[in-house]
Amino acid sequence: MVFVGPMQFLRRLTASANQKRGQAARSGGAITRFMLALAFLPLLDGTALAQKPKEWEMNLQPAFSPVAESIHSLHNFVLIIITVITIFVGILLVLVMMKFNHRANPTPSQTSHHTGLEIAWTIVPALILVAIAIPSFRLVYFQDRTQDADMTLKVIAHQWNWEYNYPDHGGLNFISSVLPDDDAKKAGKLRLLDVDNEVVLPVGKNVRILTSSTEVIHSFFIPSLGVQRYAIPGRTIETWVKINAPGMYYGQCNQICGKDHSRMPIAIRAVSQAEFDAWLVDAKKKFASNDPADRQAVARQLAALDQIQR
Amino acid sequence: MASTAHDHAHDGHDAHDHHDHKPPFFTRWFCSTNHKDIGTLYLIFGSIGGIIGLILSMIMRAQLAHPGSQIVADGQTWNTIITVHGLAMIFLSVMPSLIGGFGNWFVPLMIGAPDMAFPRLNNISFWLMPPAAILVLIGLFRNEAGAGWTLYAPLSNATYQPGWGADCVLFAVHLLGISSLLGAINFITTIFNMRAPGMTLHKMPLFVWSVLVTAFLLLLSVPVLAAAITMLITDRNFGTSFFEVAGGGDPVLFQHLFWFFGHPEVYIMILPAFGIISHIISTFSRKPVFGYLGMAYAMVAIGAVGFVVWAHHMYLSGIEVDTRAYFMAATMVIAVPTGVKIFSWIATMWGGSIELKLPMVWAIGFIFVFTVGGVTGVVLSNAGLDVALHNTYYVVAHFHYVLSLGAVFGMFAGFYYWIGKMSGYQYPEKLGHLQFWLLFIGVNLTFFPMHFSGLSGMPRRYPDYPEAFAGWNMISSIGAWFSAASAVVWLIVIFRTFTAKQKVADNQWGEGATTLEWTLSSPPPFHCFEELPRIR
Repeated sequence: MVFVGPMQFLRRLTASANQKRGQAARSGGAITRFMLALAFLPLLDGTALAQKPKEWEMNLQPAFSPVAESIHSLHNFVLIIITVITIFVGILLVLVMMKFNHRANPTPSQTSHHTGLEIAWTIVPALILVAIAIPSFRLVYFQDRTQDADMTLKVIAHQWNWEYNYPDHGGLNFISSVLPDDDAKKAGKLRLLDVDNEVVLPVGKNVRILTSSTEVIHSFFIPSLGVQRYAIPGRTIETWVKINAPGMYYGQCNQICGKDHSRMPIAIRAVSQAEFDAWLVDAKKKFASNDPADRQAVARQLAALDQIQR
Repeated sequence: MASTAHDHAHDGHDAHDHHDHKPPFFTRWFCSTNHKDIGTLYLIFGSIGGIIGLILSMIMRAQLAHPGSQIVADGQTWNTIITVHGLAMIFLSVMPSLIGGFGNWFVPLMIGAPDMAFPRLNNISFWLMPPAAILVLIGLFRNEAGAGWTLYAPLSNATYQPGWGADCVLFAVHLLGISSLLGAINFITTIFNMRAPGMTLHKMPLFVWSVLVTAFLLLLSVPVLAAAITMLITDRNFGTSFFEVAGGGDPVLFQHLFWFFGHPEVYIMILPAFGIISHIISTFSRKPVFGYLGMAYAMVAIGAVGFVVWAHHMYLSGIEVDTRAYFMAATMVIAVPTGVKIFSWIATMWGGSIELKLPMVWAIGFIFVFTVGGVTGVVLSNAGLDVALHNTYYVVAHFHYVLSLGAVFGMFAGFYYWIGKMSGYQYPEKLGHLQFWLLFIGVNLTFFPMHFSGLSGMPRRYPDYPEAFAGWNMISSIGAWFSAASAVVWLIVIFRTFTAKQKVADNQWGEGATTLEWTLSSPPPFHCFEELPRIR
């Protein structure tokens, strides 16, 4: 491939920056968490933090992972640039409409070339794009995968629910489905966001996420964690997350997958390591009734999927 | 820019007297070989396709006006509606109007050719479209086309879209592809071989340039789509497994093939609008287009780069990180020629003597909405940000700003610019302005809030959504009513144009309109340029 050379160069270029960022995120984790907790204190109405879409929200959901934070800072940077460009074009349009109106300017000039100007409006946008591209490459490589995963979560999509597998914790395996509208209403839960069995993950750990599907394509999308990958049959796709703070994180299936596309949400409960360990004990009991034959079949299927991917 | 030699100018009225014996109704409209009549058929077809797409979008906005709505209670029905909305707007409205309609009408007129190179081929190109439309509607009414317009396997395979309605839609895409391919061959041959003496490529009007680039994009991309659709049809019906994992196939292969067509396709829809806008801006500023060669080659560059960016639709499909980085860089490059076009249009107006007649109002509206849609494209090109925005309403906002506003504003701009030339009648100016403002307010109300719901994480293709997204969705649905009202006003405009029968001059726009079609009568004679014009 022609692009391998420059890409490897780019990867080296961005690797050091990512390393630094990773370290900063690790050492500054406690401080960040405290600051975040402080910032969102008014929202903590006695319950744990819930990261869900809010009414009349106009920007990205607040970020709760290093990747989501990077997405935020890059988006804020690009948003300023595109807003300035749009306003600039808008002002120019209004200006020419007023200044060069046929009443104000009855005789048109016949100028149709200006080499300097033409070079300028080719070079300047190109430079702006380079300024956007540098942090963009950094983000792409940073969010790709984690080098040192503390644990793995396998996500297998079905029409229309999510199956979660914890291969590092005895292959704990369960299915998570949307709460029926009436049940959600009765329980005071969020319609189309809350589920029967939440995914539980420890805070501050590098979690490797592997997505796959058993029939059609779905997409595993949690906005506030900066996580999204398709779940494609016959493939295992890798991404990662490190959750900054305890709380609930909501997402939804984001690739058309049939009639109940809008009815397969994702709910992640992030807890401390101790609480996670306690939950594991309970969960293993709760989901032990899952037929072991089924679980073996799932394990075989996952192994087969891995074979296809690698 | 081409300028005409008036000593050889064609005397339209004279030709009118001698050559205007038109064939009888059936022969004229059903066996037509006249580029103007075929162009008219395309425009009528495109208008009907647009109205079908609009009705479907009104059903969608009604369902999405508030959460928990039961207007379209069944998910499969919903998915079929959104699929047919996309297919109708792209294949049955924008493409037939801009390429088939204005392309057929004005490419021969602008290059001084008597007709298209292959008039019968031209007739076949058109008549493949109505059966395709019927097949798409069969898919809609049988409720069996719920895979989205992107037709991603495995959702589009026989297991998940059983029933022959889905096959009808796939065959329709085949027919539409053949129609486009034949049209593209016709345009390329016409433009390369039938330009009037003295009209070099570098003197060719920009609309002709835009159709030439579009035709090449069609020629190179449609066969790839045809291959993908054929594989899908055989997967569905003849037991092959190109995209079936169980048989060693790969669903991601379909995405590669589809987007190798699909990305050039978005430029296929917008490039002819670029051409139309250039002429309008120049005409109503009474100034030649600024940086003509830069404008022409910017379109060539957009077309060429458009072929090597397809996987930016697939950042989340598990493609390698270096590949994502490449496609991100390549996609960003497209912003440069696009910027050249925007700034050149503004520079054309700069120093001009601008008359804000209706086509010009549409053109200026186009530049603004296309800029908004363009800059969000830069955001989405970013593989890192795409993780947060892929498949959300932000994407819906982006592509409707460039297409539903961009390409459609280009269509209306072209309609008002040329309806006098095509029909010989003046459109009602005030009613047209009313239509512009209704649509401008409507589409901005509908699509601007979608940026917010998208950033907030609302997935597209959802018939129902969590309560938090209710606010912006309600605003979007209110906006849709303005757009629908605008469509009604437009139908009244057409009715009034043809009933008031107010004659227009051969060159109704005056000295700013310099291309060859304005040297002909309005409407042009049935056969024109029998004596070729000479270009200085």
